[in-house]
Amino acid sequence: MSAEDKLPVLAFARPARPAASATPPPAAAPQRQRRAALPADLARAIAALQGALEAELCRPRAQPDLPARASSDEAEEDSFSPVGEPRARPGMPRPHAITRRGEDEDKDPLARRLTAIHLPRFAIERWLRLAERQGEAVSDEAPLALAVEGPHGPVIHDMTRAAAQAGVVHGARVVDMRALCPGLRVEFADPGAERAALARLMLWARRWCPWSAVDGMAGGAAGLMLDTTGSDHLWGGEAGMLREIEARLATLGLGARLACAPTQGAAWALARLSGPRAVCGAAELPAQVAPLPVRALRLGPDTVLLLQRLGLKTVGDLAAVPRISLARRFSRAAPAENPLMRLDQMMGRLAEPLASPDDPPRFAVEARLAEPVQDPGAWLPGLCEELCAALAAAGFGARRLTLTVYRSDGEVSSLGVATARPSRDPAHLRRLFDDRLERIEPGFGFDLITLDAPVAEDMSAVQRRLDGGVDAEADLARLIDRLSARLGAGAVRRPAPGLSHIPERREGWQPALAGGTTLPPTPAPPGRPLRLFSPPEEVRVVYAVPEGPPAQFIWRRVTHRVARFAGPERIAPEWWADRPGTRLRDYWRIEDEAGRRFWIYREGVLGDGRGDVPRWFVHGAFA
Amino acid sequence: MPPSAALPPALRASLQARPGPAAVTEEAATLAPTLAEVFAVTAADAAVTGFVLARLTAQAAQEARGGASGGHPEPRPETRPEARPILWVQDRLSRREAGVPCLAGLGTTRLLLVEARQPRAALWAMEEGLGCGALAGVVGEIWGDPAVLDFTATKRLALRAEAQGVPAWLIRRAATPALSAARERWRVAALPAEADPDDLRAPGAPLWRAELFRARWRRPGAWVARPVSGGLVMEHGTDAGAAQTAAPQAARA
Repeated sequence: MSAEDKLPVLAFARPARPAASATPPPAAAPQRQRRAALPADLARAIAALQGALEAELCRPRAQPDLPARASSDEAEEDSFSPVGEPRARPGMPRPHAITRRGEDEDKDPLARRLTAIHLPRFAIERWLRLAERQGEAVSDEAPLALAVEGPHGPVIHDMTRAAAQAGVVHGARVVDMRALCPGLRVEFADPGAERAALARLMLWARRWCPWSAVDGMAGGAAGLMLDTTGSDHLWGGEAGMLREIEARLATLGLGARLACAPTQGAAWALARLSGPRAVCGAAELPAQVAPLPVRALRLGPDTVLLLQRLGLKTVGDLAAVPRISLARRFSRAAPAENPLMRLDQMMGRLAEPLASPDDPPRFAVEARLAEPVQDPGAWLPGLCEELCAALAAAGFGARRLTLTVYRSDGEVSSLGVATARPSRDPAHLRRLFDDRLERIEPGFGFDLITLDAPVAEDMSAVQRRLDGGVDAEADLARLIDRLSARLGAGAVRRPAPGLSHIPERREGWQPALAGGTTLPPTPAPPGRPLRLFSPPEEVRVVYAVPEGPPAQFIWRRVTHRVARFAGPERIAPEWWADRPGTRLRDYWRIEDEAGRRFWIYREGVLGDGRGDVPRWFVHGAFA
Repeated sequence: MPPSAALPPALRASLQARPGPAAVTEEAATLAPTLAEVFAVTAADAAVTGFVLARLTAQAAQEARGGASGGHPEPRPETRPEARPILWVQDRLSRREAGVPCLAGLGTTRLLLVEARQPRAALWAMEEGLGCGALAGVVGEIWGDPAVLDFTATKRLALRAEAQGVPAWLIRRAATPALSAARERWRVAALPAEADPDDLRAPGAPLWRAELFRARWRRPGAWVARPVSGGLVMEHGTDAGAAQTAAPQAARA
């Protein structure tokens, strides 16, 4: 253990916090004294800690173990080292200096470069672009506002420039703004689609750096945070990179404000509250953020108001306040609302890693053709094999496949198929497109074909059987895929019995493609038919007594005389699922004179107060 | 041409592997997986459904016996015939006129139900199913006499069924028995049921009149068929008459 790892020993007259468990509880008077003396103790402790740290930092780094390591490096310099750092050549500077500086940079919290992208009008710009794409372009100079549902009617989500000039503000009620601006056109926003679009934009922004994250949406504005450490040189420095980002976003119709700073907090604040394309180095960070208002600290409006009432208008004011006072004043605040914590994050004293979500795996292959063709069939086997090779390399199997052709006249048409189990068998995937390729509209031909797997699932290669036979389950899944691809997913079904005693509700079927395990069916009651008519067919019945068995019935214009019967079996309606007034059913198993066996029921009993004379239905047929 | 040349390859292989008396051959021939056609005398009752399910059960049981003698004493659970599903294909008219299979009445039989719009799609689905060895059987219901259900279509189904060893059944309703390559052609009607031992007025176990009017490997005939556990018992007419006469007496009693 080196001397650096030890905490400096602080000289205290009294321990700042006595161990309550070890000592008996003191009397009330000394406790009051101690509480009164506590701030002074703490202040002294802080001063001692700062002094010790300064002394530690000023002292030259001379660890006892470092020379030993250097000498051992020297000793084995000529020996072979298969992996690791390139060996130093005589005449080159010692690698020591480099590694030491690298270590220092790793430890330096201000070494990273974070770029904040603030899209102040994301919602309305996205809406205007969608409207333009649908052929009904709306000018930014027309008063238009997007609204979302608020607790007391719709409120303004975002608005065009003209509406903003007319006095429309975020969060105001739509009726008030209509009074202010009579010509205001109001459309409803789609916050879910905006979030999805922002997530896509976040992935798209990985063209500039490998790590990016969504930085929240507030009203119509949105933010992104990029970790551009070490990637700015590709655009000739940070200023060039920010110009490139701004231009790229402008081609998407998005106005953006950008800033590049060593911490997330500083980048966030500078993007929103500073000039365009602010670049802030580690050295000038305190000076640059000092004049910013306290809302630059990503605090809620209540905390900002409180700080303003305390006379702390800028970040500089807040930084000048002793830490101990801030810590005491906001000891109960939530971490995100704690000004001291936010200040530490901004200044780099508190780590704030960028939570960059993983890029979803994407499997897509394409074939670019020299001349437009009309039939993609010849390219499909190659595309399938290429896609399956990519899937196999990643250990995935496709559940959905989309074949898209890009026509030479600018149209795009696509075909989708699905599989019941993840699959990466090229022959099987190609067969799913059989007989469906003619549904693609070729127009005057297409010159680009893409095949992608939008849904892919983890699929490890397993051998199910040792005797080399075919896997029955996989065979069945392939059959379901082919049938579903041709006939539609709803046409191929497997049983999923419902938990009900009403016969037609127990008969549940679900698409076989949906997969999943079906519940083990509850044991069926005895005396159920083999076929069920849906819906039950009404018959005219002659009976001896109203509640008794039928004597004769006419069904499909044929008269059936009842020879034998069994019943009734009474099935009551489910009061928790049925409408009020639903009548009970009395089921009879009957056999007519020709030997045909049917399941018929009477709906209700005479005088049950739920309708007229009961009607009779044929519901099923027995073997 | 020796008589065995007409047998399907799977059956021929099993016969060569198992030298046995002529009775075994007869039983194996009746239950060999191939294409059979069943005509319903009346369209709306479920006698045909019950007959086909009983025959499929018997065929699965016979296949299980054959598999057990082949060296594996106990087949694995997922390869047992009763654990495999039946592909049940219906065209639109059959579904509307004769209803859909009822899960509560089927018991433990596993189904994969395919709703085809036209007979052409139903036949295509049957052919696809016959290419899959993981099925216990393929049943298709075709209403009427569509033009696509010709000799060629039935021949394709029969060859595929025999090649894969999966029994295929074609249920025909409101149809005329025209030219077909089905190896067996049945006509099935409902008979008055056996008497219920507990309730004299109630119908008991079902009985059917099964007439084999064309067959490739056996003599045609007419039987009274009744389902038993794990198969189907077919008897010649004497019991049928007895059952028929007994039923009205029981009803009157």
